Amino acid sequence: MTTQNKMPLLSVRDLCKYFHLPCGRRWSRKTISVKAVDHVSFDLYPGETLGLVGESGCGKTTTSRAIVRALRPTRGKILFSDSGTPVDLACLSERQLKKIRPKIQMIFQDPFSSLNPRMTIGSIVTEPLVINKIGNAKTRKEQMAEMLTKVGLKPEDAARYPHAFSGGQRQRIGIARALILKPSFVICDEPVSALDVSVQAQIINLLRELQRQFEWTLIFVAHDLNVVRYISDRVAVMYAGRIVELGDTETVFNQPGHPYTKTLLSAIPYPDPDRKMEYKHMGQVADPGHLPAGCSFHPRCSHCVELCRQKQPDLIAQGDDHFIGCHLV
Amino acid sequence: MKCTADSVLSIEDLHIHFPTDQELIRAVNGVSFSIPRGRTLALVGESGCGKTVTAYSILKLIEKPGKIVSGKITLYPKEENPVAIASLHPKSDTLYRLRGQMVSMVFQEPMTALSPVHTIGSQVAESLRIHENKSRKQAEALTVDMFRRVGIPGPRARLKQYPYEISGGMRQRVVIAMALICQPELLIADEPTTALDVTIQAEIMNLMKELQKQMNLSILLITHDLGLVAQNADDVAVMYMGRIVEQGPVRKIIKTPRHPYTIALLKSLPGLHPAGEPLESIRGSVPSGACIPPGCPFHPRCKYAQKNLCDRGRPPESQPLSPDHRVACLRAEEIQA
Ligand SMILES: Nc1ncnc2c1ncn2[C@@H]1O[C@H](COP(=O)(O)OP(=O)(O)OP(=O)(O)O)[C@@H](O)[C@H]1O
Ligand SMILES: Nc1ncnc2c1ncn2[C@@H]1O[C@H](COP(=O)(O)OP(=O)(O)OP(=O)(O)O)[C@@H](O)[C@H]1O
Ligand code: SF4
Ligand SMILES: [Mg+2]
Ligand SMILES: [Mg+2]
Repeated sequence: MTTQNKMPLLSVRDLCKYFHLPCGRRWSRKTISVKAVDHVSFDLYPGETLGLVGESGCGKTTTSRAIVRALRPTRGKILFSDSGTPVDLACLSERQLKKIRPKIQMIFQDPFSSLNPRMTIGSIVTEPLVINKIGNAKTRKEQMAEMLTKVGLKPEDAARYPHAFSGGQRQRIGIARALILKPSFVICDEPVSALDVSVQAQIINLLRELQRQFEWTLIFVAHDLNVVRYISDRVAVMYAGRIVELGDTETVFNQPGHPYTKTLLSAIPYPDPDRKMEYKHMGQVADPGHLPAGCSFHPRCSHCVELCRQKQPDLIAQGDDHFIGCHLV
Repeated sequence: MKCTADSVLSIEDLHIHFPTDQELIRAVNGVSFSIPRGRTLALVGESGCGKTVTAYSILKLIEKPGKIVSGKITLYPKEENPVAIASLHPKSDTLYRLRGQMVSMVFQEPMTALSPVHTIGSQVAESLRIHENKSRKQAEALTVDMFRRVGIPGPRARLKQYPYEISGGMRQRVVIAMALICQPELLIADEPTTALDVTIQAEIMNLMKELQKQMNLSILLITHDLGLVAQNADDVAVMYMGRIVEQGPVRKIIKTPRHPYTIALLKSLPGLHPAGEPLESIRGSVPSGACIPPGCPFHPRCKYAQKNLCDRGRPPESQPLSPDHRVACLRAEEIQA
């Protein structure tokens, strides 16, 4: 996808989210700060899908939640240009956010706990319309029936409760709920991780179809790299709160530049017995509460030099749309 | 795969039911397989197909109301006579001894296997002291050695830590250390890496393979990840609704699958798919174990199902396509992936 001449729909600049936790010692008032998201910047163009990958705790969910403003960012800009002029989501008040919220939706990982068990499917799906005071009872019902059909459920299902549905069907309900506000931008946080492969394939196909139909712009968070490769136009690899590599999906997968990306890719177990995994030992996982000085990845990196221990590398362009944050590239 | 003299485990025609107040759930319906010594058999299939229940039956750990309705489970300890498990009393000494020494298990969630109030060192040493009658000192030395082998850095200092003080990947290593410290002949690993990152998964799988070589360990690897299967298994058994629908050496199952369910599972993987084309999904979802479809249980979702053939009568029997490759499909002869 060529992204040069278009206006981005979303420009994230130096986004940070720090959590302050008690440092663990009793009686001590000191806190440690967990840099869950640290100077994250990227652009997202209309209609494209950006995959967000990285190990558990690297900050994928926190980044997503900051963008939809389920969290208040510590620092940074989130410029959203749905209606021409960019608005900085990071500094909007709750009141101002209300108007923009319908355009930005999030689909969650766990289809089992993200639906209220005491609400019918119908009221779950129409709730966003009610909250945002859109339409009346009749139009809401019509829209709901349409959405349920779109995601492959039946309008009759509206009267039933979540427990009567399988994991895949519940994920469809979550998608219908996100869809009903006609968003232009959707963040999916591990939407298929809890599902079986055969059902996962149904949901991935559905998401792609809906994206085509409604021209959604997507951020797709997942730890399954094969899924991300399949669905994304571009990929951002995160490590310890930072983006360490960003680029066109095939470029990143075929010519990874950052040592962490290389390690991550080497650990994918391919479903082919003749293609043996080349993974090599990589040492301790990063703790975002106690990051080392310099490049956060240096304790695990086999190429580490003195500079890496002292200075945090910036994300630098290495050719068309390919950014790498490593001193040695 | 008939049971041979050098198997560690053989299961024949196993049936397990869960009678509940409302319905009878048939979780396992005629499973047979055996595991040769020093090899890895992967049991794959989607959620609810009966993998865990099958594994639990090997040590008679099935929870009430579940019960083994029929079938034979035989363990072959190296220096003893074969033991028929199904007929043992759940509290018998033999079973207790086998659980500690010959067979051990690694569960999906490491926290369920670890006690939060004891240090990890004491928990690992505990199983040694019970099953092998080692002194405290000996047990500690062996534990440190085992921690080192499973790649736990600073093993001696770690002995004093509690499970909540270490990361998930490290906890799973502790559980593996605990499972291996009594030098079992068979390791049952139920989704040992599902909750972990790919890099940690890779480390743990490499570790299991290495220890397998050193100890001539047999592994029953339970997973739904066909990538893990391809990378780690010698043989594969594919389960659907409590039955093994296809089994054989890993290369045959992955490269030339013949059961429509195996074929469909492989086709639904994004990793084997060119981007842009829709994934092939399997229509519908797995029915409940309380109402198994007549005929071939897979027929309502099967692309190759034939009316008046697949939708009636008894489920298809598992037939050999070659001496080491068996398929339970009425149309297996005609179907090529
Ligand atoms: N509310 C919070 N308070 C304190 N720390 C938090 C909070 N939310 C997240 N964190 C920390 O921030 C870091 C990033 O967490 P986040 O959930 O964004 O990771 P993730 O990449 O989504 O991981 P996963 O793949 O496990 O979902 C973690 O170290 C986490 O412990
Ligand atoms: N305690 C129980 N009571 C009733 N039914 C049960 C019980 N335990 C298991 N079952 C049934 O047995 C069947 C097989 O369950 P099992 O846990 O073996 O599946 P599995 O293949 O391990 O799935 P997963 O991949 O989700 O772990 C399921 O359909 C389940 O409903
Ligand atoms: S027996 Fe019929 S329904 Fe069953 S897998 Fe074979 S073709 Fe499909
Ligand atoms: Mg997350
Ligand atoms: Mg299970």
